Amino acid sequence: MADTSAVSHGHGTGTGLSNNKLLMWVFLGSECLLFGGLISTYLIYRSRFADGPAPGDIFDIPFTSVSSFVLLMSSLTMVLALSALQRGDIRNNRVWLLTTAMLGSLFIGGQVYEFTTFMREGLGYSTSPFSSAFFTLTGFHGVHVSLGIVMLMSLLVSSLRGTLTKERSETVEIVGLYWHFVDVVWIFIFTVIYLVPSPTT
Amino acid sequence: MSTVIEAPAGEHEGEHDDHPTDRKYVEVAIVLGIVTALEVATYFVEMPGAVLIPMLMLMMVFKFFYVAAWFMHLRFDSPMFTKFFVTGLVLATIVYATMLTVFEFWHKG
Amino acid sequence: MSETMELEAPTRPIGVYTRPKGNTGWRDWVTTVDHKKIGILYGVTAMVFFVIGGFEALLIRLQLATPNGTVLGADTYNRVFTMHGVTMVFLVIMPLAAAFANYLLPLQIGARDVAFPRLNALSFWVFLAGGLFLNMAWIVGDAPDGGWFAYAPNTGMIFSPGKGMDYYALGLQITGIASLVSAMNLIVTVLNMRAPGMTLFKMPVFTWMILVVQFLLLFAVPVITVALFLLMFDRNFGANFFNPEMGADPLLWQHLFWIFGHPEVYILILPSFGIISEVIPTFSRKPLFGYPFMVFSGIAIGFMGWGVWAHHMFVSGIGPISVAAFSVSTMFIAVPTGVKILNWLATMWGGRIRFNTPMLFAFGVVSMFTIGGLSGVTHSVAPADTQQTDTYYIVAHFHYVIFGGALLGIFAGFYFWWPKCFGHLLGEKLGKWNFWLMIIGFNMTFGPMHILGLQGMSRRINSYSPGFGFDFWNMFASVGAFVIAVGVLLFVINVVASARKARTAPPVGLDPWDARSLEWFTPNPTPAHNFDEDIEVSSLDEFWHRKYGEDENGKVVRVATAEEVCQDGSATDTHLPSPSYWPIILAAGLPFVAFGLIYTLWFCVLGGTLIFMAIYGWIFEPVDDPDGPHGHHEGHGEDESGVDEATAETVEEAPVG
Repeated sequence: MADTSAVSHGHGTGTGLSNNKLLMWVFLGSECLLFGGLISTYLIYRSRFADGPAPGDIFDIPFTSVSSFVLLMSSLTMVLALSALQRGDIRNNRVWLLTTAMLGSLFIGGQVYEFTTFMREGLGYSTSPFSSAFFTLTGFHGVHVSLGIVMLMSLLVSSLRGTLTKERSETVEIVGLYWHFVDVVWIFIFTVIYLVPSPTT
Repeated sequence: MSTVIEAPAGEHEGEHDDHPTDRKYVEVAIVLGIVTALEVATYFVEMPGAVLIPMLMLMMVFKFFYVAAWFMHLRFDSPMFTKFFVTGLVLATIVYATMLTVFEFWHKG
Repeated sequence: MSETMELEAPTRPIGVYTRPKGNTGWRDWVTTVDHKKIGILYGVTAMVFFVIGGFEALLIRLQLATPNGTVLGADTYNRVFTMHGVTMVFLVIMPLAAAFANYLLPLQIGARDVAFPRLNALSFWVFLAGGLFLNMAWIVGDAPDGGWFAYAPNTGMIFSPGKGMDYYALGLQITGIASLVSAMNLIVTVLNMRAPGMTLFKMPVFTWMILVVQFLLLFAVPVITVALFLLMFDRNFGANFFNPEMGADPLLWQHLFWIFGHPEVYILILPSFGIISEVIPTFSRKPLFGYPFMVFSGIAIGFMGWGVWAHHMFVSGIGPISVAAFSVSTMFIAVPTGVKILNWLATMWGGRIRFNTPMLFAFGVVSMFTIGGLSGVTHSVAPADTQQTDTYYIVAHFHYVIFGGALLGIFAGFYFWWPKCFGHLLGEKLGKWNFWLMIIGFNMTFGPMHILGLQGMSRRINSYSPGFGFDFWNMFASVGAFVIAVGVLLFVINVVASARKARTAPPVGLDPWDARSLEWFTPNPTPAHNFDEDIEVSSLDEFWHRKYGEDENGKVVRVATAEEVCQDGSATDTHLPSPSYWPIILAAGLPFVAFGLIYTLWFCVLGGTLIFMAIYGWIFEPVDDPDGPHGHHEGHGEDESGVDEATAETVEEAPVG
């Protein structure tokens, strides 16, 4: 990190770390337990599909692979946005923030498409314990991504108003931490829920 | 962040001592992309579960920690942050794995 | 405070937001970000809920005083005991601990305030919103009736068709947000805001126990968040998490609830352990015996608390291997608890003990908690537990730990720190009556429940027939409950009477108890800015070590008076964080979102708008430190940029639901 911000953040705190960043990491530690609970619920229920479709019947692996890749790449653009701002490159910062938000939106769009397809194939929210658990888990993740997009757009607005400067790059870093966390949760979900072979009817 | 400086990124060039260059980030992303491609490839290849599942888990863990280390800067940042995150992660893993065990999840497959 | 506000805030693109200036009257309390005022707000609110919960308890005891009681109908009875449990756990003990944590933790580590003052205010208002929302269920006539642990599917739509369990699920969700925000805030505070020289192992045990509790909250709250969401989705959106007809497993709720619920037990008790670890050394005039053991046993309890949850489910059909494993882990957790009790006793051993009211309550904790702990060990023996489950034996056990352990400890804290907060002592005479009535009434009420339970009286029954041998002890317990009520009433009288007396009496001295830790460096009551200057800490019990030294024979002698050691609170140039409207506005939005989920989604729009407005108001609020470069003022913590991000996520749970 550039020298000015190295001085202005975390100076004078007991650990020498910025309060805000520490807060975000503490929060992410807590989030692990939230997603852990939802993922476990899904795992317990994935073979309890009642009379409805089974996960192995309806998952569209190629499609989800593409949207997973989109989200993974949004992590790259996020880190590039931060890196640009740390250099004081406001313009590229905006470009990458916008790209990240758009990739995130693309992922959400993919999720909406996936959900509607599943609905059409007979997997409603109330169809079975499996369906409830699946929609709840991926829905929670989707809401996290959406909140991330809102935060990114807020940063972008802030940047356009000229208040998102090099000295405030820590804000972008903290939003970035959240964004990457949401990404690693999806890395987990993608493997455990989609790629590990699911039960079929 | 005075503790940060000790771990430079390896191939740093110029002004940024403590953070990798954009090029490095792109390289990391390429590696992640390749591993993802390998993961997806398993879907198209027939193999027994005893091979497939550990392989998938291994790749997942790699990606997980690779993102955390590079994009979330845990590699360069204070170990304190890592501790918080890993505490949550480990606690969640142990507690929920125990819960799944009590549900006899592993036997039912 | 007002001086800084008159200076021009740094110009902002959106300059319409100003921070409130008032530091008098109700406006001050509504917008305050001062950890001391927030602590007092927590305390007052929790005591109001304590009276409500106590009233519910008296109704229960009236109903059960005689066989075939007719005071409450079966349905109302269910609501009353459910709300009694929920209120006492979530709206009384937890916030009372938060009251002490807020007031004392920054003082004990020598800090100006917590790391995020506005988030701190947010925690309180969100807690208040959740508590009011839960009790609103009484007003709409549909209070929760599924027991405090709300086992699904009994709490699903089929068996609980009313709105009561919706209030439960959403109300606890809201208080959960408060706990989580507070936990994150206090963790950062302890790690980052300590006075120079104060290493982790120079922190008072109270601060340590609060830190452990915040970690427990940090990791336990999200688990019940998941459980409550699943329940809500089942009830309101037709999900199938707990519907056995569709193949769902009712054990899922029990696991999720108790994974949260057992750490929750330690969340309730550890603050009290911390309080009496301050009280006992002070009144024994000896340092705490085995400080490192005290700290490590607290950490061990917090850690092991994650591995015992299924002992609440020994009769739920989790299989013999699970029962055996959790039985063993439960037995183990008695070890660190035993270490603590031993250390308290060893602290008192050989001390010149003063029997002031705080010390009496501390004795109460050590003795009563030991009884509760021992009956707890009997539960770890699974075959015995199978007999005891869902009987009054369990009711007796957890009241011995929560009333006898947690609540008595909190009363010890009241009497001990009252002069710190309000500048005068509580009356000793009334205090002793308060103590003896509470402890006698407590044992009269809950002691006989061991017997009733072993005789087979099940918990939660609303009446019993004569001839089971339950009559005498139930009547006895009911009388005891009213003795407790008189004891609590004396406390209230004591508070009022002492305040009145203090108007004419000379102010309490600087150091009424000959205390040991950093909070006593400030005058009583604590000035708004806490410390005049940072305290250089060089040892555990710094305050005591500055007052006492050794003479040439190695004998401990007084070397300084409190007047020489304490700061006089005269500093005027300390920068204070400005108050803010947004925490209360944000908190006010949450119950509307919850009402919306129960009744009509239009309320969600209103609540969502409030929350949205508050978050953006929070972000664009002018920074309160005009000297700080680019709005940063390091070390004081509240940096407007990062706070809003964190808030944005902590509130996510409401709009999501």
